[in-house]
Amino acid sequence: MEIFLVNLIAATFRVSTPILLAALGETINEKAGILNLGIEGIMFFGAFVGFFAADKTGSLWIGLLFAILSGVLAGLLMGLLSVTLGVNQHVSGLGITLLLTGLSLFGFRLEYGGSSTPPSIEPFQQLTPLANVPILGTLLQQYAFTYVAFLVIVPLAWWILYKTRFGLHIRAVGENPEAVDAAGVNVATIRYSALAIGGGLMAAGGAFLSLASLGAFSHGIISGRGWVAIAIVIFGNWVPLKCMFGALIFGGANALQLRLQALGFNLPIPYESFLAFPYIVTIIALVLAGRNASYPAALLKPYRRE
Amino acid sequence: MENTKKRFRFVKTNNPPFWVKPLIPVLALIGTFIITSGLILWAKANPFDTYFQFLIAPLSNRVSILEILVKSTPLILCGVAVTFAFSASYYNIGAEGQLYAGAIAAAGLGQILFDVPASIAIPIMIIGGFIAGMAWALIPALLKVKLAVDEVVTTLLMNSIMAYIVSALLNGPWRDPVSGWPQSAEISPTAMFFRIVPRSRLNLGFIIAVVSLIILWVVLSRTSFGLRMRAVGLGKPAANFAGIDVSNTILKAALISGGIAGLAGVAEVAGIQFHLIGELSSDYGYTGVIIATLGSLNAFGVGLASLFFGLVDQGAQTVSRTLGVPVYLGEVTQSAMLLVTLGMLLLQRYRIRRM
Repeated sequence: MEIFLVNLIAATFRVSTPILLAALGETINEKAGILNLGIEGIMFFGAFVGFFAADKTGSLWIGLLFAILSGVLAGLLMGLLSVTLGVNQHVSGLGITLLLTGLSLFGFRLEYGGSSTPPSIEPFQQLTPLANVPILGTLLQQYAFTYVAFLVIVPLAWWILYKTRFGLHIRAVGENPEAVDAAGVNVATIRYSALAIGGGLMAAGGAFLSLASLGAFSHGIISGRGWVAIAIVIFGNWVPLKCMFGALIFGGANALQLRLQALGFNLPIPYESFLAFPYIVTIIALVLAGRNASYPAALLKPYRRE
Repeated sequence: MENTKKRFRFVKTNNPPFWVKPLIPVLALIGTFIITSGLILWAKANPFDTYFQFLIAPLSNRVSILEILVKSTPLILCGVAVTFAFSASYYNIGAEGQLYAGAIAAAGLGQILFDVPASIAIPIMIIGGFIAGMAWALIPALLKVKLAVDEVVTTLLMNSIMAYIVSALLNGPWRDPVSGWPQSAEISPTAMFFRIVPRSRLNLGFIIAVVSLIILWVVLSRTSFGLRMRAVGLGKPAANFAGIDVSNTILKAALISGGIAGLAGVAEVAGIQFHLIGELSSDYGYTGVIIATLGSLNAFGVGLASLFFGLVDQGAQTVSRTLGVPVYLGEVTQSAMLLVTLGMLLLQRYRIRRM
């Protein structure tokens, strides 16, 4: 039982990592007033670009770099549509998801379609500090991604959003862009920057799956994790630390179903109910959080100086 | 600061020059061609040859024209479904899940309707699929109107849940006992949609899709419910002020939307596959959002966009077979066209000025 729990907690952090990275990216986007439904496609694209670049160059780090760059570019494309052109954010985000999904599948079929075995790469290794200490060793055996996400990016996102001038501008363009403009700050520049940073984080979340936890790319690699991240942002009320708890709840539900499957429990219900379980938990969490959700006031509204 | 240097700026205009409107689709096509030709070159094919095979060749013979109509059937239904919801600004991105809900109902009913004549079985299939799509749309719609939970997120999550339900059925109770494939048993011949044109796959589903377009047009432009939906779509506070029951209107729009998406699932099961399979829909539900947008939320536009996307799907299969360009060229073309067109449409409303 004790081993089961320790393994479960360790797995929770591992499984939460991509969702957390994406949710933090989406938080920064939405704080600036942009709902980025491109998230699912950006994660997918990040996973593919990371895998492809790592496979071609033989370096996981170059793969990661290209993945993040691809996410930044995708964020800028969202900026072109939603900020400069003022297109409906639901439609442009979904369009980006479909475009990037199509591009990734096109590239994957073209580059790896001929091989009969699914292509794979040697993934990032987990860090093993204090490997000899019984429980702590298991808990701390994580990918560097996980350490960076939980210990660096969460506090950094909070610090940037709430303690820097840039963060103040991000929050202000999400609440009251007219006031920001009147203060002589360029609304578009702030929103583009937020989208670039957010896109990079989303793509890094996708690349975690292909470069670290799987070492491969497949059609179902993201399978709705981007949508879950959006739900977690609402659940977390656009606060990085609360998003982290949201990501851990989803991660925990997912880790639990993975553990139960691995233990080979012979339950009278199909294993798909475990797979669907985290999504149902997310909807319930959303309902519970719904009443207190305080959406950024300028979310979904393009800014035009009249 | 801005006043000291000249820069380009969007200036709102209410009277675009007359030549702008017809130019938009042409420019959008050219823009999409430029974007996708990079991919075609990556696949070591000639962009002009590919585009000929992709968009012109499928129109050159009767067989593939009929196949375009077959491919546009689920696209029309999903486009109409999304248009109903979006008209009332209910952002139903869940047509994909609602389609599968309808498909499950059709596959389930089709397995028990063996002793029933077609004249009864087919209406049961249609009504059952409509109700199933509606039921799957009910949860996020109720959460929206009763608890103000964002429907975009819940409908997207419901799609993921539905994918697991389909997989659970096909790997569990509905797994084909004979072949062992993850597909349900074949439906009763009496529940299968009849073919409109002999020796083609064009079936009753296409007629249902056309009828849904007509209903969309009538409801939106000729009924008070359509007027209420559009009023809610234009602005909820104003609609409320005008005495419209906003929640009720949104709920109805959401349910009709789900029901029609369910019909897309029925049409695929009863008209084409005759089984429930996991790959029944290639993102038709999501493509429906593109189609509704490109069709600017009206029946004529949705019909036209669906036919064009049907051609793109058919053409993508042709180039994949003849030139070895991956079939996903179709998906990229459709989404690129959406993004380029949206950019172009703004040129209609804004002029670029140096100032």
